[in-house]
Amino acid sequence: MTLRAEGVRAALDGTEVLHGVDCQVPDGGWLAVIGPNGAGKSTLLRALAGLLPLAAGRIALDGEDPARMRRRERARRLAYVPQAPVMPAELTVEEYVLLGRTPYLGPLAAPGASDRAAAGEAMERLRLTGLTRRRLTTLSGGERQRAALARALAQRPRLLLLDEPTSALDVGHQQQVLGLVDELRADGGPAVVSTLHDLTTAGQYADRLVLMAAGEVAAEGPAEKVLTEQLIHRVYGARVEVARDSTGRPVVIPVRAP
Amino acid sequence: MTHRRGRLVWLLAVAFLLAALACGVTVGASGLGPGEVFRVLVDQLPGVHAGGAVDPVDRAVLLQIRLPRVLLAALVGALLAVAGAGYQGVFRNPLVDSSMLGSSAGAGLGATVAIVAGAAGLAVPAAAFAGALAAVALALAAGSVGRTSTSTLLLAGVAVGLFFSAAQTFVLQGATRSLQEVYAWLLGSLAGADWTHLAQPLPYAVVGTAVVLAHARRLDVLAVGEEEAASLGLHPARIRLLVVCGATLAAAAAVAVSGLIGFVGIVVPHAVRRLAGVSHVRVLPLSMLVGAGFLVLADTLARTVLAPAELPIGVVTAALGSPLFVWILRTTRSGGAS
Ligand SMILES: Nc1ncnc2c1ncn2[C@@H]1O[C@H](COP(=O)(O)OP(=O)(O)OP(=O)(O)O)[C@@H](O)[C@H]1O
Ligand SMILES: [Mg+2]
Repeated sequence: MTLRAEGVRAALDGTEVLHGVDCQVPDGGWLAVIGPNGAGKSTLLRALAGLLPLAAGRIALDGEDPARMRRRERARRLAYVPQAPVMPAELTVEEYVLLGRTPYLGPLAAPGASDRAAAGEAMERLRLTGLTRRRLTTLSGGERQRAALARALAQRPRLLLLDEPTSALDVGHQQQVLGLVDELRADGGPAVVSTLHDLTTAGQYADRLVLMAAGEVAAEGPAEKVLTEQLIHRVYGARVEVARDSTGRPVVIPVRAP
Repeated sequence: MTHRRGRLVWLLAVAFLLAALACGVTVGASGLGPGEVFRVLVDQLPGVHAGGAVDPVDRAVLLQIRLPRVLLAALVGALLAVAGAGYQGVFRNPLVDSSMLGSSAGAGLGATVAIVAGAAGLAVPAAAFAGALAAVALALAAGSVGRTSTSTLLLAGVAVGLFFSAAQTFVLQGATRSLQEVYAWLLGSLAGADWTHLAQPLPYAVVGTAVVLAHARRLDVLAVGEEEAASLGLHPARIRLLVVCGATLAAAAAVAVSGLIGFVGIVVPHAVRRLAGVSHVRVLPLSMLVGAGFLVLADTLARTVLAPAELPIGVVTAALGSPLFVWILRTTRSGGAS
């Protein structure tokens, strides 16, 4: 599964938000999209998911445009978790995760044993097994986020598009969830495109970063190249120091102005 | 919803419908007691001879008047309830029903024009049916479900409804002699039902209901919103359009033969959701069973309370439905099923 976007332009309600974005993800790769608020990260993800008509440019998922693929077929190949997933109040965690099996169900068929197994495995991976019968409304923010990710995994996709998948997770769950996604991917699982606000985390898990600013790509490459003090200062207007952790990966430390 | 509780609700709904049907065929002006009614009915089954002498007139009353009327009430109740539940699924709003896109006003105009023009027999239901479909087609064209939000469509439906009502008032104004007949139709009635009234709407009823039921699971998925449903492989706009068309067809078939009967489409699905949860996989078929039973009971009351005179059935459903609805609302846990 390879994904390639070239010169992507897209408008929201008549305002152009992406002004020609290029990016690509090889089979089994992990691309992190970073950038300040309003840079267009979520919009790019929606475009990659085939949910947004492009004004110009092209997106190819193994050579096919996701916006033109048959939806069922597309939903079997790629799963998308928005920044703020809708959590229907009346559903239990299990019912919600089972929605991920929709692209595999005939119009009249009820979820079968294999669907329940796929949902069960996804919930187990995300440590939701104790919560399967709980209503979504009773979950904490982090538990909801894990439920949304479980639904995406139940789709058994070849590409995972995750918009801020860890924004509500504590540091332990953050490492656990990202570690799990990384494990899946290393195991021949889906390639990943995720937006992440935490720059250090982005550098630790993704193998390439795209830094967006005002709807354009400001920098692209491996973490060492993108996470530099000058670039971060220029794009975010933030004062940071970039150190190295014991494995040599960049650690971005915000510093207070003297 | 546990499996056990789910099965219990199904059993309850079936038992309720059977009890209502039994009540419908036995209660009322006729010389037959329950035992005789049962014998006559069983006697109709091929190859069965229950025996026993029954007055041929009573027998004819039961088979040619009472039975088709009870079955028509059941059919109309089932259609109105499933259409209401379908509309509620499309608009994600428990307070809409199948009259929301102007179908009632359209049926009213059609029936009025037909009655004023002196039509009789099956021409009135045919005109009502055509009026209902025309109104909804207009509303769909004006507020197309495909591209705009569902609230735009609802507003278009309200506008079309008002327009058709105004047209109906205008027609009536020039024909005050037909007032009583028109109002009798508008308030709904199953009096005079015979087997042709039952057969006529059946094809539309079957097709409309099948379309709605076939989308039950997909309506459930729409709960996650437009974009996520699309990312799960669905076409939300297409689903909404199909369900609206199916539900409209079912409701129009009912309205054509029964006139305007309110409340069933809102109260019944609401009660079902209280008992069985919000999944359309359960709500749609259960609403049909409960709606059928509810309308059979309402019609039984309509023809017995003031016997030998009849109450309009629309008055009965409103009189039964409003307090029931208030009671349901008051006993609904906040944050529970909507
Ligand atoms: N419907 C809309 N009409 C016009 N502009 C919009 C619309 N929706 C979003 N935008 C703008 O598009 C830009 C990109 O939005 P997007 O959600 O992609 O940003 P983002 O990078 O994901 O930001 P964040 O980090 O806050 O999630 C923002 O400036 C936003 O205000
Ligand atoms: Mg965003």
